[in-house]
Amino acid sequence: MSLNTSTAVSLAAASDQTWLLARWREMQRIRRAEESIGDMVETGEVHCPCHLYIGQEAVASGVCAALTRHDTVWGGHRSHGHYLAKGGSLEGLFAEVLGKVTGCSEGRGGSMHLLAEDVGILGTVPIVAGTVPLAAGAALASKLRGDGAVAVAFFGDGSLEEGHIHETLNLAALYRLPVLFVCENNLYSSHLHLHERRVKDNLSQAGEFHGVPGACVDGNDVEAVFSAALEATDRARRGLGPTLLECRTFRWRGHVGASSDVDVGVHRRGELAEWLERDPIARLEQRLNGLDLTPELQAIEDEIRQALDAARHAALPAPRRLMSHVWEETTCAN
Amino acid sequence: MRQLSYAQAIREAHAQLLASDPRVFIAGQGLWSPWYAGGSLDNLDQEFGRERVLDSPVSENAVTGMCVGAALAGMRPIVFHPRMDFMLLACDPIINQAANWSYLFSGRVTVPMVIRAVINRGGEQGAQHSQALHAMFMHIPGLKIVMPSTPSDAKGLLVAAVQDPNPVLYIDDRWLYSATGNVAPELYATPLGKAAVRRASRFAECGNAVTLIGISTMAQHAIEAAELLTEQGVDAEVIDLRSLKPWDRDCVLSSIRKTGRAVVCDPGWRTAGAAAEIAASIMEDGFHDLVSPVERVTLPDAPAPVASTEERAYYADARAIVDAALRAVRPQAGRKGVAA
Repeated sequence: MSLNTSTAVSLAAASDQTWLLARWREMQRIRRAEESIGDMVETGEVHCPCHLYIGQEAVASGVCAALTRHDTVWGGHRSHGHYLAKGGSLEGLFAEVLGKVTGCSEGRGGSMHLLAEDVGILGTVPIVAGTVPLAAGAALASKLRGDGAVAVAFFGDGSLEEGHIHETLNLAALYRLPVLFVCENNLYSSHLHLHERRVKDNLSQAGEFHGVPGACVDGNDVEAVFSAALEATDRARRGLGPTLLECRTFRWRGHVGASSDVDVGVHRRGELAEWLERDPIARLEQRLNGLDLTPELQAIEDEIRQALDAARHAALPAPRRLMSHVWEETTCAN
Repeated sequence: MRQLSYAQAIREAHAQLLASDPRVFIAGQGLWSPWYAGGSLDNLDQEFGRERVLDSPVSENAVTGMCVGAALAGMRPIVFHPRMDFMLLACDPIINQAANWSYLFSGRVTVPMVIRAVINRGGEQGAQHSQALHAMFMHIPGLKIVMPSTPSDAKGLLVAAVQDPNPVLYIDDRWLYSATGNVAPELYATPLGKAAVRRASRFAECGNAVTLIGISTMAQHAIEAAELLTEQGVDAEVIDLRSLKPWDRDCVLSSIRKTGRAVVCDPGWRTAGAAAEIAASIMEDGFHDLVSPVERVTLPDAPAPVASTEERAYYADARAIVDAALRAVRPQAGRKGVAA
């Protein structure tokens, strides 16, 4: 398999209004979808644990804008944004969190296990940093095949407290794997602030000991995320190995569920207010000043309403399928 | 037919798989070492290149996880753990990831990988270089497990494991590496989930028959035990289970229908072990064919000792199987029967 490894957009295009509008649409689509899911969590319509991405949209959008369809993306428990930015279906996401057969994982995964294999999402899972070695494996597959694809591992700041992520950084450097490690540092691991878990605030340097160069970017600036991701993926595609990108951001909602966590005393109200001021979507709107976004927003809302309607009308799985797919018998798609 | 050792048969399977399928690669510790893998991987790096035969850093977790990811991305990895004890550091990618993926994603993506683990018992190596942990993994839905006991199966089961769309745990035992046997030269697969009858019961109708169900090395001990039992007038049918998950219930139950007795011979520990599961299944599905309680030959519930005297007491051999078979055939006084 030979792929066109050049990305569709260049750095020069990033300041282009069309490109910016595309990012705005993508980020707004993620936010509106997450708000809808949050509403359904609050009303009890959604039962599975949902970890919302609101506030971090620029990271998924900026990184995925540097990728081709054949590049793979690996995520964790908070991956609705990664899934949508890489091209996963909106209806598939809604149906999945509702446990419906039309869900992206056919109602087997719920919010924390998303699949969109046709656009390079081969599965997200909630074991912290669980997919980071898997991303390295996809990169190894690309290297052995010479197909030019890049793998991206999205993970949170808490992941860098897991041992196997450091093993993976070493392997990726040693084998010069075409992989991009994206640490979304939203400052909290569940209820614990970074300072309660680490002496140093230096996550972008986590790979240096292993030979993986790191960079720290403003994760609420989609243009900054994109240019850093493009540089790193370009480096990976040229056979120069992995990069660790720390994107500093903040999740507006709690670790899990729809509330902001201010109510339970985890988020400090002042801290949240500060980050609301740095809203990645509002910042992008400033770059798009003069453009009337009302029709765009209406189109997104219409799309979300239709996707939600379809997901709500889909069937729940029949209990008779309970034992299916524990094993696959003969064929294997991948 | 051509004779190969068990270790040579494993090596040949790897070589033929690497030669015939560009998706196959091997990763793990000791692959470039002249001695680490006991001759079972010798010079594969020279023959197929170090990009496809990756001697890895000591990172069991990440190396195994990397192979899971490569499998999802279309490759057919074989990850090598030179001692099963070390593989415990890779439980997350094996149990949480590889085993769950097919179910979680409705079979749309699977993890076609082989996790090869070596049991390396004896030799005064002690508790952390000797463990046979197959039962722990037998508990996990989504994993297949094979434990070959002959050179021919060592080759054929590795090929079948690589060709299977699911994660397969391939467990071989260093105690068997020098054993020789017929091995067909071509690439062939031994079907997963099928046991082999190594010795058929010859005179079951006389009432002194027993089925010996052996796993890995214990299957070979069971064959020796069957010969010793002949001298005692006991006719043993020997089943080499070969696949532990799924295991061949039909083969085991149909043998017990003939013999009425079963001894499960397991190289692992007793409590919640493979033998316990097999014995329970026999009770559920073959109870009315039994004329005596199912016997188990296992390791005692203790870590592996070091001193040779204690090692001899620890590991069961053919003699222990004979004793268990005799208990089954001639129940001791005082053992409670259903009608007693």
